[in-house]
Amino acid sequence: MSDWVLEAHDLRMTFGAGPTATHAVDGISLSVAPGQAYGLVGPDGAGKTTTMRLLVGVLSRGSGEVRILGRDLRRDGSAALNHVGYLAQRFSLYEDLTVQENLAFFGTVRSVRGPDMIARSAELLHFVGLSGFEHRLAGQLSGGMKQKLGLACALVHRPRLLLLDEPTTGVDPVTRQDFWQLIIRLLSEGVAVVVSTPYMDEAARCNRLGFMIRGRLLMQGSPRELINLMAGRVLMLVAQPKSLARKVCNADARIEDVAAFGDRLHLRLHAGTRTEGPGNALEVLRAALVTAGVQVDDLRLIQPSLEDVFIALQEGTALQAAPGDAVADAALAGDAGEAQHG
Amino acid sequence: MAEIAVRAEHLTKKFGDFTAVDDVSFEVRAGEVVGYLGPNGSGKTTTMRMLLGLLSPTHGSAQVLGYDIRHQPAQIRPLVGYMSQKFALYDELTVFENLDFYAGIYDLRGSRRRLRIDEVLHLVGLEEHRKERAEDISTGWRQRLALAIALVHDPRLLFLDEPTSGVDPSARRVFWDLIDRLAGGGTTVFVSTHYMDEAEYCGRLGIMNLGRLLAIDTPLALKTACLPGPAWDLVLDPTALIPALQALEATPGVSQVGLRGDHLHAITRAGVHSAASLLAALGPHGQGAAVEQAEPTLEDVFIALTRRPA
Repeated sequence: MSDWVLEAHDLRMTFGAGPTATHAVDGISLSVAPGQAYGLVGPDGAGKTTTMRLLVGVLSRGSGEVRILGRDLRRDGSAALNHVGYLAQRFSLYEDLTVQENLAFFGTVRSVRGPDMIARSAELLHFVGLSGFEHRLAGQLSGGMKQKLGLACALVHRPRLLLLDEPTTGVDPVTRQDFWQLIIRLLSEGVAVVVSTPYMDEAARCNRLGFMIRGRLLMQGSPRELINLMAGRVLMLVAQPKSLARKVCNADARIEDVAAFGDRLHLRLHAGTRTEGPGNALEVLRAALVTAGVQVDDLRLIQPSLEDVFIALQEGTALQAAPGDAVADAALAGDAGEAQHG
Repeated sequence: MAEIAVRAEHLTKKFGDFTAVDDVSFEVRAGEVVGYLGPNGSGKTTTMRMLLGLLSPTHGSAQVLGYDIRHQPAQIRPLVGYMSQKFALYDELTVFENLDFYAGIYDLRGSRRRLRIDEVLHLVGLEEHRKERAEDISTGWRQRLALAIALVHDPRLLFLDEPTSGVDPSARRVFWDLIDRLAGGGTTVFVSTHYMDEAEYCGRLGIMNLGRLLAIDTPLALKTACLPGPAWDLVLDPTALIPALQALEATPGVSQVGLRGDHLHAITRAGVHSAASLLAALGPHGQGAAVEQAEPTLEDVFIALTRRPA
């Protein structure tokens, strides 16, 4: 018996053929343990949604191996999928059916029937906070409530693995918080969750993140491990006038990237830049700013955000400093293999 | 003295019994980037539509670029640009043809029209793609094309309704770099959003909930003024996270706490807690835990303002 709820090995999906073929998913391997939330993050078109679809076996032309609770998705598909709940990006509720009828429909699809279904349906509506709305048409629910109903429908057969494709796109922060409280309770019951998201505040809620780009998994680690990749490299500057401050920063060879966040600038230092001791980057920059006539209100090292890490990973500058526990795996291993043949 | 681009005084909009916007007053100076952060249905879009002169307020008043929204909407229209969340691009037209179409609507003609289209294409970095069909370009580029369209008549005030919804962080940063440059050139920008990632980019930020403007200030000032005290990250053994969360929820002086992946994130009242006292509050669940002060987030601010602690 496997310790993993989900094991995926060397997933691939190619659209088209010959020189114009697109490798939407290009050798992805990942494992998710019970109670773990695994976040797939990456830019648009990185292959996140295609990966999710391969994990539920809906793309028959894909290759690779997926095991759910040890059962092979290809050979033992229906047994494996009995353990999977999937909330697609545009999940379809039947808007002209009531909340209760929607649940009953998904129950039928998943072979949950009769008295079992009545009990399960009450339990789920209580769980997602929709008790009392049984007879409302799904089309008349707010965005947040539709989402919760979508989740209830995905959970009707008590799956051990829940796949969520950009679940809280278009949802406000409080509703998003509520939604994640539900996910946390599922995690504490040992359900494994895979979630794809373009939002870093959502990614920060996962135990483990996989950063995808061009169909490959470039980096995996916990949010803190990924943030530590960039530790000591992000400065915040509040200065007047901002445009002049920006010019001075752009001219500083230690600074790799300058981004404006309203009244402040975030500066990314090149890997290995010194931020302590005499003549460190902050001291030198402050002097240059003052000489140029800039008033410096605040200049200090800040904890990098996941967004900083994301952008640096995408530009390829975070890997230079990759120490510690976060591992650059699948993609890098793949590259090395190809290089040997080349 | 900075020119005032928008001045709203006691702006109120009712639809029957429902108050969509409730006594909202604020000012936006020329060249500012001001965001409006709030959930769906909090009154962001209604406010924007009133300022655009598309909806008349029930009470209160507003001046946009010196014109009264109630009596002079026709003067306001040509001076403002609007990029909607669901922006309308003609998929079967090229990038250039989309811009040319909207330039026509704004009655730009002849060489001025061609020059302005070249100018906005250059500004958003789509010159190389002018002959590509809108449906063939990426989401990030489509967003930049929609921005170019909103800018084609050289507006002094730009309204953006969730402009980077659904794009990745890199594309978002490129987009906001453009906005920063526009603001540097004197264009005023008013943004509505419900994404924290997007709100961080605004110079000043208004927090909206249930039709009311709860606070408006810079992101840094909001994080200081609207939170009762410092933010903490508590890194724990994974099996201890849930019981530790419950322990902290019941601890006096902890005003809010949430689970973030492998750690808890908490806000405490000023002067009440130290790393040691939080560790003590965890009791047996704090075995081997690391507690450190953290950067507060806009999500902390939003939750503090909208969901008062019990």
